[in-house]
Amino acid sequence: MQVNQVLDVKGLACPMPIVRTKKAMNALESGQVLEVQTTDKGALADLTAWSAAAGHTLLEHKDEANILTFYIKKA
Amino acid sequence: MVVIKMTASDVARKVIENKELFILDVRNKDAFHDWKIEGHSFDYLNIPYFDLLDGVDEILPKLPTDKDILVVCAKEGSSLMVAEMVSEAGRDVFYLEGGMKSWSSYLEPIKVGHLTGGGELYQFVRLGKGCLSYMVISEGEAAIIDAVRFTDVFTNFAKEKHVEIKHVFDTHLHADHISGGRHIAEATGATYYLPSKDAEEVVFNYTPLEDGLTVEIGASQLEVGALYSPGHTIGSTSFIVDSRYLLTGDILFIDSIGRPDLAGLADDWVGDLRETLYHRYRELAEDLIVLPAHFMMIDELNEDGTVAKRLGDLFADNHGLNIEREEEFRHTVTDHLPQQPNAYEQIRQVNMGKILPENDEQTEMEIGPNRCAVR
Repeated sequence: MQVNQVLDVKGLACPMPIVRTKKAMNALESGQVLEVQTTDKGALADLTAWSAAAGHTLLEHKDEANILTFYIKKA
Repeated sequence: MVVIKMTASDVARKVIENKELFILDVRNKDAFHDWKIEGHSFDYLNIPYFDLLDGVDEILPKLPTDKDILVVCAKEGSSLMVAEMVSEAGRDVFYLEGGMKSWSSYLEPIKVGHLTGGGELYQFVRLGKGCLSYMVISEGEAAIIDAVRFTDVFTNFAKEKHVEIKHVFDTHLHADHISGGRHIAEATGATYYLPSKDAEEVVFNYTPLEDGLTVEIGASQLEVGALYSPGHTIGSTSFIVDSRYLLTGDILFIDSIGRPDLAGLADDWVGDLRETLYHRYRELAEDLIVLPAHFMMIDELNEDGTVAKRLGDLFADNHGLNIEREEEFRHTVTDHLPQQPNAYEQIRQVNMGKILPENDEQTEMEIGPNRCAVR
């Protein structure tokens, strides 16, 4: 998977992970992939729902050492 | 316009006093449908905060002008963001300090009644989770039953009342919330009791809670007596306080009965549950006031915020006590059971002392309603 941009929002609490993700996605082109790293556990449900509502595709997410990493493809 | 903080305690007063409130819940839809702040006269609008990042214009017409608006989220951050946006759009608005996390933890102590010799009985209502704990006070001494994990609330309350905590009981090994019982006992030197049949796997010391055990509180020897009443768990034990109150634990609730499946042994325990509800309790005085360890719906609260009802009235009104055929009873309490409480297997492990999660982790485990009943 080719990642076009990495967004590090580790340590930030809700709502910042999604606020920053949205901003970063605005700067990407359709089809490009954003990697989001967060420590906010609520991000799993929220990023999943937000991606679906915005039409983006959540390609994959993983949970390692309390860091959640998401790969989101822009619509 | 201004953004004003509202605490969980403020919201609890609104629930108990039957006040109106408009809740703008900005958590995601699943979280809202699973669990929310319940009030008799509350209205709700659920829009996830991430759908409002571009502005709140579309929801403004849906916000009432004749009642307080409270923005709620999981922890606080998102509700504050949305509240600021609503305020910039010209409306006064409140946000919930600490979010649903603090709502889940908040306890409101309410006096249930007077006991012999000037004693008092308090019910600690955890509105967000539907848990009920109890403190019996008499002449400088206290006993606590089914304490939740916020041990400071109980020890501070005892200090305020100038009483020494002597006995701490758990009616059973809880699966929906983390018990504060043994920690209170450790901190105060009180005796901690747990039914031994529920305690086979626990890794700490406890005093076995057996049928017929009686402790006396204060000089007038106010009686707290144990009555073995299995069914929710095999060790479940009720208490009779001052021959007036029946503390039923998770066996009998106001509008439902305990579920027998949370330790994975529904088929084995359903007969015990039937025996307790249809025989053991039937032998008791109908004028006893039932005080359960949970409520499920806000409708179960009395006007003063307590959860309490005469045993005789429950025999007449509670569906779970009126299933004549044994086969049908078995069906009701073992088939089509509601979803289990969040993280219930881990919570049992914590209550056995096998795992010791951090405070934040404990908060996460306890998110959501208690789900200990079957209707």
